[in-house]
Amino acid sequence: MNSPEDLFTTPTNNDADALARLHRKLEQAAEEEGLLDVAYRTVDSPVGPLLLAATPRGLVRVAYEVEGHDRVLDTLASRLSPRVLRAPSRLDAAARELEEYFDGRRRSFDLPLDLSLSKGFRLLVQQHLPEIGYAQTRSYRQVAELVGNPKAVRAVGTACATNPLPVVLPCHRVLRADGTTGGYAGGPAAKATLLNLEAAA
Amino acid sequence: MSIKQPFEKVVEEHGRTVLRVCRALLASHDADDAWSETFLSAMRGYPELPETANVEAWLVTIAHRKAIDVLRSRKRQPVPVEEVAEAPTTLGVPDPDHADDGLWHTVRALPDRQRQAVAYHYVAGLPYAEIAQIIGGTTDAARRAAADGIRNLRKNYPGGGPS
Repeated sequence: MNSPEDLFTTPTNNDADALARLHRKLEQAAEEEGLLDVAYRTVDSPVGPLLLAATPRGLVRVAYEVEGHDRVLDTLASRLSPRVLRAPSRLDAAARELEEYFDGRRRSFDLPLDLSLSKGFRLLVQQHLPEIGYAQTRSYRQVAELVGNPKAVRAVGTACATNPLPVVLPCHRVLRADGTTGGYAGGPAAKATLLNLEAAA
Repeated sequence: MSIKQPFEKVVEEHGRTVLRVCRALLASHDADDAWSETFLSAMRGYPELPETANVEAWLVTIAHRKAIDVLRSRKRQPVPVEEVAEAPTTLGVPDPDHADDGLWHTVRALPDRQRQAVAYHYVAGLPYAEIAQIIGGTTDAARRAAADGIRNLRKNYPGGGPS
């Protein structure tokens, strides 16, 4: 016969159901009370699961699985706010637009963005990335010229490598001068997948 | 260097324990409300919580206060008593939706301090020194309240007889 002490720690199924329901209620209450500093969710995609995170100002981070989603969330907690909660509804629009993009039905994103993770020259480069149109590519040197600093080729590479919003800010359209794909936060295969997807659509 | 983890991790790691503490203190529906109030309040204060704090003890302290608020708001708060522990309270009714509610019902029938000491020690796993901080009194008094509570549970819980 179980003692009362044992029963206190025996898990039951209705705990999981109740906790799922209470979590949804917390997401909603935190949003209403202005406490949801960072909301996040994950979505499946042809380039693997993507982490999407948003502040009240807009989408702040898209992260590939190889970046380590837990590590990315830790970074958001320390750089933005520890009030980070899995709260999918704030990411509904971003998830929908990404799904349309991966289906070949969307060529540009129309989402509020929060670029507070970037500063200075990197921010400048990242803000110019959407000017490279769908299915087009530019070299790192051409992007350096685009932002008015033709000698800053290496710094453009760093700006692309630290892009907090890959896919949405299309750093995958920036290639080496010899036409090889170059590095990418999601790995070279992910970069090739996005370029092929755009070329085929 | 320790950095503060995302609040989601706090919910993941302690949500279940806090729910069980709330159920030990309150009937099902009120327990859900107390859980919601506890985590909303915790999320508000989380950025200011010292990184060295015992997060579970902090959450249980908030839950303790929220449970008292819920009871007061329902005007069913019994007069606080120190050692007149014989008359069980009649808080809450069993809820058929909750399979383990019989146990919680028996716990909720314990006198306040026994119920709190049992919940915070056996459900939340807090040491008696922490429990004394939350419910007041000495560490020994907290230990005695939990021991008395378990003895009463053994007597009153259908499946919990002497083993």
